[in-house]
Amino acid sequence: MAKQEFLLTGTGGQGLILAAIMLAEAGINAGQNVAQSQSYGPEARGGASRAEVIIGNEAINYPKVEKPDFVLTLSQEAYKKYGLHLDNEAILIVDNSQVTEVKPRSRNFYSLPITMAARTHFGSEQSANVVALGVVASLSGKIPMEDVLAAVQQRAPRGTAEQNIKALQIGWQMGTKAGAKQESEHCQNEGDE
Amino acid sequence: MNKARLMQGNEAVAEGALAAGVLFYAGYPITPSTEIAEKMAERLPLIGGTFIQMEDEIGSMAAIIGASLTGVKSLTATSGPGFSLKQENLGYAIATEVPCVVVNVQRGGPSTGLPTSPAQADVMQARWGTHGDHPIIALTPSSVQECYELTVKAFNMAEEFRIPVILLMDEVIGHLREKVVLPEELTIVDRKRSTLPPGDYIPYENNESMIPAMANFGEGYRYHVTGLTHNEKGLPTGNPEVTKKFMQRLTQKLNPYLDRIQLVEELYLDDAELIVIAYGCTARSAMEGVHMARNLGIKVGLFRPITIWPFPQEQLEKHADRKYLVVEMNNGQLVGEIERIFGYKAVERLNRIDGELITPKEVLDRIREVL
Repeated sequence: MAKQEFLLTGTGGQGLILAAIMLAEAGINAGQNVAQSQSYGPEARGGASRAEVIIGNEAINYPKVEKPDFVLTLSQEAYKKYGLHLDNEAILIVDNSQVTEVKPRSRNFYSLPITMAARTHFGSEQSANVVALGVVASLSGKIPMEDVLAAVQQRAPRGTAEQNIKALQIGWQMGTKAGAKQESEHCQNEGDE
Repeated sequence: MNKARLMQGNEAVAEGALAAGVLFYAGYPITPSTEIAEKMAERLPLIGGTFIQMEDEIGSMAAIIGASLTGVKSLTATSGPGFSLKQENLGYAIATEVPCVVVNVQRGGPSTGLPTSPAQADVMQARWGTHGDHPIIALTPSSVQECYELTVKAFNMAEEFRIPVILLMDEVIGHLREKVVLPEELTIVDRKRSTLPPGDYIPYENNESMIPAMANFGEGYRYHVTGLTHNEKGLPTGNPEVTKKFMQRLTQKLNPYLDRIQLVEELYLDDAELIVIAYGCTARSAMEGVHMARNLGIKVGLFRPITIWPFPQEQLEKHADRKYLVVEMNNGQLVGEIERIFGYKAVERLNRIDGELITPKEVLDRIREVL
């Protein structure tokens, strides 16, 4: 597959490094090369945190994300830091309850109830990272669900596999639906022109 | 073939050490090397090994020397500030010729510096951090796969040549997760053991190989181990003749084996007008920068010293009469070696000391500037 770069951002403690590890693991399960890293600064303990994943079939020389294709932000602060200066092709996904002030963006923008879905289904936001993983992975369109599922099974903390698999399914559906909706709107707009 | 796995650089070091047969770890945790200690603490007790969190890095270094003298492969891991503390006993291990592996996952310095940011500023400390004329081996992985493989090689070299081997990493590679395929077959080298009975054993024998055989403490052998200049029996001496012999053997003992010690990777060197020289994490940026330049038709290549000490001078000298660009995350350390070989007029630099990894674009821009 052509190289895809992901930035998963939010607040320290939201589990985004684990989500990034699962995404990278899914990439390996899908037979790809991957590079996964994270910010280790003081911001990792509260403030905006950042985890990076690169997936592609060619060798990944430079291991850091330079021009993200997908940016997920689960906090307003992370949105301000990582969500504002993207080029039009980058796909931005924000959590609709955490990121409430957003600059209008004509396309490639998804405001989705990620943390809310986790709260509704599991009574806490603990699995919001895996819901987010499902959203991002499905929108990427390149990694088969079964490979992501295997990654979640491999990397979920002991005793949480079942809940996290459910979270992944919720996120995957959310992403698939949102992607399809935007595509149909996009086609409609083009038809209007 | 083994299945591909996602692994972190530090984790791969621990796995490599275990594959090499390490059974003793002593250390004091420090970012960005801590995952190595965590992994060893988890795994060593399960295989009958020993993990000790020591009071500090001085004690850690002392502990692995003692453990190794009993015949056990030993490891410690640290970062810049801890590496400074290890220097005194590192010199002791060199002088007493005790095999061991010391990992330094470099972070920003000097002093406590930038604990969570990468740097490559301990290059000269790895070479000359401990006092006195001495040999040293330092290896620099630039991928997670290489973290594993070079850790195994570091143990092999330590055992074969009776010398501490430094695995000189950086925060980028230590904390990076990548695909790793563990090799199915590994070459594992163990130290040469004396076949002589305790009474006849000469611990620092000036033999032809220049590497004396070892005997394990605890197995009936008794000999003197001292940092003082010593004779073949290990006893201190101030005799100039004996001193000269000892120092000659110590400082030259790697020479017959350089072709096996000095590992390099070369890319597009044949027609390169400019050779980019980079190691560790910056080699990743340099590799991408070189590819970008080649796509623009610029004749540039990459020379990556995997072994930076002893510096692979002969391999580089095969590519003389070019321009050279040394890319490193320090204020210019390895560049001194290249200038020594080719003269400073042939050598350009690209440095960054702000804790941020040099980007491929910066490498490309600098290539265009100097060509």
